[in-house]
Amino acid sequence: MAIRERLSGNEAISYAIKQVNPDVMPAFPITPSTEIPQYVANYIANGEMDTEFIPVESEHSSMSATIGAQAAGARSLTATSSCGLALMWEELYVAASNRLPLALCLVNRALSGPININCDHSDSMGARDTGFIQIYAENNQEVYDNFVQAYRIAEHKDVMLPIMICQDGFITSHAVENIELLEDDKVKNFVGEYNPENYLLNADQPMAMGPYAVSNYYMETKMAQNTAMNNAKQVILDIGKEFGEMSGREYGFFEEYRLEDADYAMVMIGSAAGATKDAIDKLREQGMKVGLLKLRVFRPFPDEEIANALKNCKVVAIMDRSECFRGKGGPLGAEIKAALYDYAKDVKAFNLVYGLGGRDFTVEEAERIYNDLAAYDKDGTAFEEYRYVGLRG
Amino acid sequence: MAATDITKITEKSNWQDITLGNQIYGAGTSKLFKTGEWRTQTPVFHSEKCKQCLLCVPVCPDSSIPVCDSKRDEFDLDHCKGCGICAKVCPFDAISMKEGQ
Amino acid sequence: MSYNFKAEMNKPERLAPGHRMCAGCGGTITVRAVLRALHEGDKAVIGNATGCLEVSTFMYPYTAYEDSYIHNAFENAGATMSGVETAYNILKKKGKIDDTYKFITFGGDGGTYDIGFQSLSGAMERNHDMVYVCYDNGAYMNTGIQRSSATPMYADTTTTPVGTESNGKMQNRKDLAAIIAAHDVPYVGQSTLLGNFKDLHTKAEKAIYTPGAAFLNVMAPCPRGWRYPTEDIMEICKLGVETCYWPLFEVEHGKWILNYEPKKKLPIEDFLRPQGRFKHLFKKGNEHLIEQFQAEVDRRWEELQFRCSKY
Repeated sequence: MAIRERLSGNEAISYAIKQVNPDVMPAFPITPSTEIPQYVANYIANGEMDTEFIPVESEHSSMSATIGAQAAGARSLTATSSCGLALMWEELYVAASNRLPLALCLVNRALSGPININCDHSDSMGARDTGFIQIYAENNQEVYDNFVQAYRIAEHKDVMLPIMICQDGFITSHAVENIELLEDDKVKNFVGEYNPENYLLNADQPMAMGPYAVSNYYMETKMAQNTAMNNAKQVILDIGKEFGEMSGREYGFFEEYRLEDADYAMVMIGSAAGATKDAIDKLREQGMKVGLLKLRVFRPFPDEEIANALKNCKVVAIMDRSECFRGKGGPLGAEIKAALYDYAKDVKAFNLVYGLGGRDFTVEEAERIYNDLAAYDKDGTAFEEYRYVGLRG
Repeated sequence: MAATDITKITEKSNWQDITLGNQIYGAGTSKLFKTGEWRTQTPVFHSEKCKQCLLCVPVCPDSSIPVCDSKRDEFDLDHCKGCGICAKVCPFDAISMKEGQ
Repeated sequence: MSYNFKAEMNKPERLAPGHRMCAGCGGTITVRAVLRALHEGDKAVIGNATGCLEVSTFMYPYTAYEDSYIHNAFENAGATMSGVETAYNILKKKGKIDDTYKFITFGGDGGTYDIGFQSLSGAMERNHDMVYVCYDNGAYMNTGIQRSSATPMYADTTTTPVGTESNGKMQNRKDLAAIIAAHDVPYVGQSTLLGNFKDLHTKAEKAIYTPGAAFLNVMAPCPRGWRYPTEDIMEICKLGVETCYWPLFEVEHGKWILNYEPKKKLPIEDFLRPQGRFKHLFKKGNEHLIEQFQAEVDRRWEELQFRCSKY
């Protein structure tokens, strides 16, 4: 029987960590992810798990030590947010290119400056090219479920890549919601033991990791990494299905909310999908055919699948919770427009930026966006593209 | 668990043949790379003068003075780079340096 | 722990030839000496900060190490080995590993004194059972002889070039061994390449087999950066010690021990003269620079003697 609880996102992922009981967790506190190492340290202090916790002196060191531990043969993870992720930037690339299937619990927060502790996706979106798998959540249930699936995806022999399990700072990480937890033995059986084939502490065979590689090897190495990331697509689907069979909650690349017959759709990542779903329900009652594509997997990027899901829409608003200063919208907009160009050229798409530095995204704003999309479609009312939702002035 | 056969990895290898994450399974594979051709001067071992004090052994940056049963052997000229430290520390003039390979 | 030189020389090599370090490199002599202190039968994981040693000893697909080896980046050799050592503890506890492993990580002075200082400090403070070995050649040699905080005053480097308005580096070197000792780690040793290597060997063995964090600072001359003929390395190291520029000492559980006191302390010129990086100090009119150098060596030597005399 599933266990009904009320937990915050940070509590939920910490509970999943306890159930998975990885070998090593180095971490350094940063708001809003600080609670994760705190909960884990408490579980350890009370004998509820036997993970070795390393209270490192920086996030650069937390990812460095996670890499060292994983390379040594231990299932490892860390947690961070915002500037912490930025400080470990170079190490994200090293983890991926060394092909270490470690996990990173990211609680999304705006990057400085100005310093701001609230949610946006500028931290993980900046890390989108590091070679990490990135999986996002709308709520604490998805955070929990995603972490339970994380190592199965990362450690798959066709993948062998690090994985980032993301949730929205404060909105998800600190808000307490109802959640269904799985029994310990179910999680343990699902995740399984970590038995790496090659690792530094393998007494039968020493190994060396992290060489200098000249140009003649570098591109070949990157292609191998890229292929692994492509392989992750099928693995994510398979694991999401298997997880569904166990829990009743199946996962794919994205959730389609009333999208099938929608004329007007939004695409977004994370917690703001909640407000958007409320707006959809309201507008549907008024007879508007509106829907949502809530993206769960951003790396690997399911471009063809996204385009196919949107191909019958008339106008789409792609919602970015980060700025990439290209002057024309955010990263999600750029990538989805590229996907539409390849697979669904007739769909008109606008790119909007919302929720930076924790700015609220409301049901009313979602409604207004759908109405604007409809007005553009019906009589060509100019749609203010590349707008900041909720901006003053 | 097979060690990496690094003779099969060359700068012409296809991407499918590069090891996972550039990891190398096994040890000491650098022996296959011959640094001896870097030499501009070469040590010559005069065994008749050698008292087997072994002081030349630890000063070699290139692990090129093999020891067997507490006795030093001929130089490993496949790897010796000809730095001349061994000749300088030898108390018995049992090593001299000659120009060239 | 008595030192049987011949028996030590009989041990199998743990650093294979075929690496691409320069002819006459002090770094690899240091690595060989430290790894020789591992007991036969004990396994090891060797770590490395980015630097000459790393890019030359593990050029894909050639590794020069007979033990497992990990390089991660420039500034995080301490943190990386913290992770490896912690993994060993938990995997041993879980019964997944039977063998005894030791953890030794190498960094140049760039990766140790400077960019990797925080990571080193963290690893030492957390007292991981590991040895961090700095092969100190007093500049960023891998990138082409730029000054570091280990570079001695007045050294000519590519970022402190000697010129009409410059006499080289303007600052004294940082005393890293003392700083690490102030972390209250179980063992700190300072050594260099000398004679039959008893000093370095003994310190390496203590560092490896003392439980907890240990730090070794080893002066490892670089013929390119210091500008001396490759064959002179052992003489230069000896002069470093005899002039008290590079004293041999150790700090065991907080106790400072002076390992060697020259019968007749040689003037610092004897150490400086053979090195091209100090050539300008011997120009007429620069005598006062050498005097200043000497005064700093004297001051540090007296301070060290004082520290060691307190016990």
